[in-house]
Amino acid sequence: MIGQRKNRLKLDWIIISIYLLLVGFGVGNILSSSISGEEIYLFDFTKLYGKQFIFAFISLFVGFIVISIDVKFYERFSSLFYLLSLILLICLFLFGKRINGALSWFPIGSFNLQPSEFVKITVALAVSKYISDYQTDLRKISDQAKLFLIILIPIIIIILQNDTGSSIVFFSLFLVLYREGISQNYIKSIIAIIILSIITLKFSLLTSSIIAVFFTTAYYFFKGKTKNKIIKIIVVSFLSLTTCFATTYTYNNILKNHQRNYIKVWLNLEKDPLKIKKMEKTILYNLNESKKAISSGGLTGKGYLKGTRTMGNFVPAQHSDYIFSTVGEEWGFFGSIFIIFLYTMLILRILYLSEIQKNKFSRVYGYSTASILFIHFLINIGMVLGLTPTIGIPLPFLSYGGSSLIAFTILLFVFLRLDANKINEW
Amino acid sequence: MRKSLFFVLVLFTSLTFIARLFYLQIYATEPYSIYEDNAIRKVYTYPKRGYIYDRNNKLLVSNQPSYDVMVIPREVKELDTTEFCGLLKISKDYFVNKLDRTSNYSRRIPSVFLAHLSKNDYGFLAEKIRKYEGFYIQKRNLREYNTSIGANVLGYVAEVNRSNIEKDPYYNTGDIIGKQGVELSYEKYLRGEKGIKFIQKDRFNRDLGNFNNGKNDINSIAGNDLTITIDSHLQEYGESLMVNKRGAIVAIEPATGELLSLVSSPSYNPNLLVGRERSKNYYELYKDSIYKPLIDKGLLSTFPAGSPFKIIVGLIALQENAVSEKSTIYCNGSYVYGKNKKSMKCHCGGGYRNIYNGISESCNSYFAEAYRKTINMDNEVSKNFDKWSSSVKSFGLGNFLNNDLPVGKKGIIPDSEFYDKWYPDFRWGPTTNLSNSIGQGEILVTPIQLANMMAAVANKGYYYTPHIIKNIQGDSIEERFRKKNIIEIDKQHFDKIEIGLKEVYKSGTGKFLNIPGIEICGKSGTAENFTRLNGKKTQLTDHSIFVAYAPKENPKIAIAVLVENGYYGSTWAGRITSLMIEKYLKGYVTLKKTEELVINKSLENEYLKPFSGKPFSINKL
Repeated sequence: MIGQRKNRLKLDWIIISIYLLLVGFGVGNILSSSISGEEIYLFDFTKLYGKQFIFAFISLFVGFIVISIDVKFYERFSSLFYLLSLILLICLFLFGKRINGALSWFPIGSFNLQPSEFVKITVALAVSKYISDYQTDLRKISDQAKLFLIILIPIIIIILQNDTGSSIVFFSLFLVLYREGISQNYIKSIIAIIILSIITLKFSLLTSSIIAVFFTTAYYFFKGKTKNKIIKIIVVSFLSLTTCFATTYTYNNILKNHQRNYIKVWLNLEKDPLKIKKMEKTILYNLNESKKAISSGGLTGKGYLKGTRTMGNFVPAQHSDYIFSTVGEEWGFFGSIFIIFLYTMLILRILYLSEIQKNKFSRVYGYSTASILFIHFLINIGMVLGLTPTIGIPLPFLSYGGSSLIAFTILLFVFLRLDANKINEW
Repeated sequence: MRKSLFFVLVLFTSLTFIARLFYLQIYATEPYSIYEDNAIRKVYTYPKRGYIYDRNNKLLVSNQPSYDVMVIPREVKELDTTEFCGLLKISKDYFVNKLDRTSNYSRRIPSVFLAHLSKNDYGFLAEKIRKYEGFYIQKRNLREYNTSIGANVLGYVAEVNRSNIEKDPYYNTGDIIGKQGVELSYEKYLRGEKGIKFIQKDRFNRDLGNFNNGKNDINSIAGNDLTITIDSHLQEYGESLMVNKRGAIVAIEPATGELLSLVSSPSYNPNLLVGRERSKNYYELYKDSIYKPLIDKGLLSTFPAGSPFKIIVGLIALQENAVSEKSTIYCNGSYVYGKNKKSMKCHCGGGYRNIYNGISESCNSYFAEAYRKTINMDNEVSKNFDKWSSSVKSFGLGNFLNNDLPVGKKGIIPDSEFYDKWYPDFRWGPTTNLSNSIGQGEILVTPIQLANMMAAVANKGYYYTPHIIKNIQGDSIEERFRKKNIIEIDKQHFDKIEIGLKEVYKSGTGKFLNIPGIEICGKSGTAENFTRLNGKKTQLTDHSIFVAYAPKENPKIAIAVLVENGYYGSTWAGRITSLMIEKYLKGYVTLKKTEELVINKSLENEYLKPFSGKPFSINKL
């Protein structure tokens, strides 16, 4: 009896259903966005949709394996995975292939493998392992530092490989840290830094400096009794001012021209109509075409394989980062809402399941999974809709790409495996 | 707090996205229309233009493919110009110039490089054109005339002009529209409906092929085939008779109002207005102000009706009881009238004249008297004249016939108002305008009006509006062509006139024009006419006019013939009338001598007289 019960897997079929829907929908939309009127052979593997079709099968197979492996495997070997993945990342400097400026791919035959996609899993495992370790105390600065190091090392390597987009994903893990009890001050600082940076860029260094000092003073003034009020005000004001100056410096001296332009567009900084016209034809081109395609979809969309802008390949890179514009054009408002609904359900379901995990490792890992999916969802769809700056990261399960599909599958299925085990934990 | 932040964040993000989508897809966007979509190229597809058949189902007008060599300048790669020019039979200069001009126009949009390849050239070139990148062959449809006759009836097609496009939004630049004749009258049936093909473009404006596998395409609807009432054999025969003469022949089937032939001379070969030489030929025809080949004389020539008008004057006089079949007058070679003893000459030979021999001998005096009596009855000149005028008009004279030919002229049938304007201070009467009684004076008619008048006489009291359409494939012809136009004159009066008309061929002006086995009723006419030479009114040789119908019982054809400056009515118009009637009724001609005489007769010398600059004599046989 007990043996039977121990081996019983209680998989969460809601997540699996959403997963299958998204992957299926993804292959369909990639097909639509990568053809232009020719005959369709689903098993034509020279075509993008044919490849994605194989990737989908490989993913299912990998997912099956992930679920079949013993649940202890992931926790026990997480440090090893983490190290291995860092080595892989470093190997890129030796054997990597540069595509669109980013040194992120290993060429394997006719495919390219992007290890940074897999690093997301290993970092999530490592973070979970570290946080769930009973010796770890997140209130201790030294432990916090170690945790930050786990997250920051891959970020630094990836930024060095000129793949800023992928590196941003890891910052989402702060959501996990917050949940697990890291000091509120971190979150406050991050929010303050984001707000100050935006104000600095949008208005001016002077404005943001004044605001920084004023609000710091006001905050401590109204906070009531605190030790060394004056010193704190001075230190925090100084840090805020540093943030403002650092932002300006980074914007002017570190960012590349195209990155600066993306920010200009996002914050509406460019006022010269001629320059805006020029931007619309260059860096804004994708975004514009994508917005036009989505707009033209209207309430119900033009119908599958009938999107004129999709069929005419008006949106460059539509099959990868801009896949959502296909959804918008061909499936319309209803279809787009449906996809957003699926992602929302998926993330909320993972969060909900995480909260009811009895095992801390499982909970932290679930949270990590949710936050990684969430930041992709936020940045990708936000970018396609023109809400967030242009940052090239894929939409999980929908965008074209073997590495990303397989990696997201593993990420999700490890959590499913952990979750399936919760009835065996006490 | 720590547990719920993430939940809230996810929900907030999703709601923001949905709001943004709502803005993009519903609030800030027009409902989608494939016509407004600039990712889709809309290409018109042109249907087959309707064919035109004659009344015996002989195909007159069809379509032929024509092949243009098109060029997209920016796609042109290096090529062997000598070989290419050899293939197209063009000079190297043409090649360089044309490529230059098309490039200046647009480097991306296809332009015509060489229009209207011959079929042979096409066959040869179709194989090789693939070698020359940037060039391709485009098929177009042109009209094909399977006949060399009837240009004035059939009309022609041409590219639409700006005003066509403004009047009817159906047309786009480059479309074809009927410009004259049947092509114009029945344009709506012949053209069919254009279709639309939706072509998917990519962002570089290149064609990627049919959008949605062509499921959205709108198919073109082929034009309706038309059968016209013209008998092409008769038409052809009439045209051959009119060679080297100017004028018109209009023949109508009285029982239906169908136009059997509508000859205008000089005409042109309709094939001239097709193909590569089209614009050159058209210009030649258009600028020819002497022969005016583009003018349909059967519809547009106006001239004094002359003696055939006596038929109507007689009918009205009989109907109004101004005269009866028993009334006689004595003609002594002239008709003297009015206080000033003016006289009107008569060539009838003199003697007692009644309605019968008045017609057959064309006695001016008799009809002058009949006309005077009609107008003078009860001393109500103005009222009588208006009544007379409207009776004349009920024969279809003095107004448009409301037929289905795109051009026409009203002619003139004056009424009392007309003369009140002319003579405001003067009590005018029938003697003022006595020339009207013999079809001169103010009376002006067109050949088709005369023919229609004869159809009404043949029907003895009614006519059908003359028309050119016999049958429209998939549609019926208009009601107005199947409705009788009634003339308020009793049948018995027509019978009396008919006796006179018959007598014309027995003893009158037409006695040498008889056809064996066919009883013809007809009337000759000789109409004085004038031109202006150096601002001076100059008389020219009389127009030869003849009207007739045949056979007497159950008439099958009513005809009017005008030969400009042909002198006596029976001389040329009368001969042509007989030949046409025999040709139509028998299908062959026995009057071989007459035929030969007519065909070989040229009136060119007569027509040159006014242009000679010297004094010339008129009315000489």
